[in-house]
Amino acid sequence: MKVEVFVTLKPGVLDPQGRAIQHALGGLGFAGVNDVRAGRYIQLDLADGTSEADVRAMCEQLLANTVIENFRITGV
Amino acid sequence: MPAAVIVFPGSNCDRDMARAIELVTGRAPAMVWHGDTSLPDGTDFVALPGGFSYGDYLRSGAMAARSPVMGAVKAAAQRGVPVLGVCNGFQVLTEAGLLPGALMRNAGLNFVCRDVALDVENSQTIFTAGYAAGQRITIPVAHHDGNYFADADTLDRIEGEGRVAFRYAEVVNGSARGIAGLVSAGGNVLGMMPHPERAVEDAHSNRQGLALFESVLGVIA
Repeated sequence: MKVEVFVTLKPGVLDPQGRAIQHALGGLGFAGVNDVRAGRYIQLDLADGTSEADVRAMCEQLLANTVIENFRITGV
Repeated sequence: MPAAVIVFPGSNCDRDMARAIELVTGRAPAMVWHGDTSLPDGTDFVALPGGFSYGDYLRSGAMAARSPVMGAVKAAAQRGVPVLGVCNGFQVLTEAGLLPGALMRNAGLNFVCRDVALDVENSQTIFTAGYAAGQRITIPVAHHDGNYFADADTLDRIEGEGRVAFRYAEVVNGSARGIAGLVSAGGNVLGMMPHPERAVEDAHSNRQGLALFESVLGVIA
């Protein structure tokens, strides 16, 4: 089974990369880009029957740093 | 009673660290590979060096923090063995949960590689006893992910407990409250982004990092 994990910075954590992307988009002439937050997308190919609890544990123990990041799981 | 330097794939300051330790102790430390599951018997000082362990994959220090040797490093830290993490080593210590917070991409997005001014915030730790409180020293930095982050409660707590060992005396990377280095609650684990091992001998720009090694290695000598 294919599971997708989206790792994003928590609200309130400054995102220098998102800020740089925002400025670059402005430089390209795209007006009205109010904010950009950059994150990480991870695809997992897991044995059928892997539980959401298992995937959550993977996120908490490695895929996300929960000090600064949230994660969202789809496909399980 | 040997000191140990942990070597991860991608470490590149391990030999500098070993040289600084040997300058002070007269003995070469054990170089311990990340795949080992134990430290040499009697290890009384552990250093996690700078570099780009595991190519900074996922997050700086994330893979190294979960490598086999870290179980032994955590156990040593819990026993009170002094553990020093410099640069990537600091990132590994936060990822391993031995120090609070996280090190994020520098606020300016640039890799910063230069001498910086630091203030010794707490000269009562085993690592900083060789400095005077408030002493301003110059130590090189070389990092891309040195922007220290922790939530406000955590920052208040570590400040209140006197755990900020070094603070930047200039704008470097956007670190919360200018934190350049902090110690664990037990005081025996220090993580810092600046490289004291690059300021220990005449060939370096100065020798102001030497007092750190003399402090912590003097404690265990």
